[in-house]
Amino acid sequence: MSRRIIEILVMASILAVTLMIYIGRRNDWFGIIELSTGASIVVILLLTAGLGWVMVRTIQGHPAERRMVFLFIGIAITVPFFMSLTQKMSVSPETTELMNGLEALPPGSRVLVTFDYDPASAPELQPMAESFFRYAFDHRFKVIIMGLWPQGPTQANQALAVVLADEKYKAMNLQYGIDYVNLGFQSGNEFVIQRIGSDFQSMFRVDFSGTPYDQIPLVKNIKNFSNIDYSFNLSAGYPGTREWVLIAVDRYGLKMGAGNTAVQTTGMYPYVRSGQLIGILGGMNGAAEFEEATGYLGKGTRFMLSQSFAHMIIIVFILIGNVAYFMHERKRK
Amino acid sequence: MRREIPLLITGIAGVVFVIQYFIPHFPFNRLSNWFSDWFSIVSACAIWLGALNLIKISVEKIAYKRHDWGYSIIVVGCFLLMLFFGFIHWQDSREPGLPFIWMYDYVYTPLSATMFAILAFFVGSASYRAFRARNLEATLLLLAAFFVMLGRVPVGDVLTGFLPEQFQLSQVAAWIMNFPNSAGQRAIIIGIALGIVSASLRIILGIERSHLGGE
Repeated sequence: MSRRIIEILVMASILAVTLMIYIGRRNDWFGIIELSTGASIVVILLLTAGLGWVMVRTIQGHPAERRMVFLFIGIAITVPFFMSLTQKMSVSPETTELMNGLEALPPGSRVLVTFDYDPASAPELQPMAESFFRYAFDHRFKVIIMGLWPQGPTQANQALAVVLADEKYKAMNLQYGIDYVNLGFQSGNEFVIQRIGSDFQSMFRVDFSGTPYDQIPLVKNIKNFSNIDYSFNLSAGYPGTREWVLIAVDRYGLKMGAGNTAVQTTGMYPYVRSGQLIGILGGMNGAAEFEEATGYLGKGTRFMLSQSFAHMIIIVFILIGNVAYFMHERKRK
Repeated sequence: MRREIPLLITGIAGVVFVIQYFIPHFPFNRLSNWFSDWFSIVSACAIWLGALNLIKISVEKIAYKRHDWGYSIIVVGCFLLMLFFGFIHWQDSREPGLPFIWMYDYVYTPLSATMFAILAFFVGSASYRAFRARNLEATLLLLAAFFVMLGRVPVGDVLTGFLPEQFQLSQVAAWIMNFPNSAGQRAIIIGIALGIVSASLRIILGIERSHLGGE
């Protein structure tokens, strides 16, 4: 059997199993699949044994090929979804700083939440958005949503739908246009930030659903950034946190915290250190820390087990790669 | 005139934006707002231009059966499908339960997230092949990656739980991010800023003309 056919068969099998699990869950054929602690430990031991085998093969002069790395990463990411193990999250100084900034806001504060990302970054940023909305509604903040990415406001609606479906928030009887509003997307990148810094309405004549700006009670008296008490930016690239810091924070003095994808976070640390950003949440870890700090444990916390496993596997493969380098590759050179 | 007029517009807009930053009063604030509005209009048109360009390229690929033309059929099909769902309910198309938003929630979102998730595999593979202790610099990079990757997940603190708090991996990772990383990032930001200032001045003054398609 050719390699191509084997690859197709493997892909078809994975697809079939995934579909069966999905259909089974939809029709309640079985409950939530969860490995017990004992079974989880067995899986960890098997993974360790597998890595040990790869290490031995490497020492023997048969370094692992790329597919082996992919296989272990795939297992490390997917299997922990079904594990019942829990981890203790520690909260970083950057998340604590962000929480301190939020806690300083009195009830009724007008908070601008900007969604500058698309579904590709949703696994990292959506849990932050959901936790932020929960925190904001619990503390009676008035939430104004907008986006510089076309998909941003729709991501906001997804997060809102999850939060507002909760019985606790249903009971609060939150009103669109009074307690929260989604102004939608506006093209123009940093020029939009600059423009709303002096005149909000000039960029958002209508909201996401077409209601004129001056007919929305929450925003009709908001002229510019001086009427906004705090801003929280969720960003996955350009335009994003950097542009908000350069224009809204530096020029107009807006107080701002941010949640970024892990890839982007490293570049934002100088702004946190200088005080231009009041705290930052970095990637899935930041989402989990924020959930820990706010007390709303959700997807961020749940997915951290996968991230722990994946990081461990990558580190072991880095070690294996160096063993291969020192024992074989360097000698050959 | 095809070169002079764009150069004139660029020069005037550039100078206005520089001046209005320091003097945000009439007439510079008015001019700046005017240019900003035009930028938004041009950006919005660029979205359409991008979409139409994508369709043009994909249709040409299908028509001439170029390499991987089958994927282009999916691109055009999905584009037209989303367009159709978007237009049939017009302003309300993004209301929950309607086909456009259903496709966004249950097709576009998981597919995009899946594409981004593939990054994990590439990071794993690239780390395995690239993080080799070949020399001092590479070893430092390797150690930084080691501490940050372990320190950014809870398992890092579990492994070093027996150490005093300031030596636990999360603290070591935080130190690396806050000091060496911030210092390096600052240097990069300053370098980029100086480069942008220099490039902007060249464009405003008309010295740099490559954006017009010239040399």
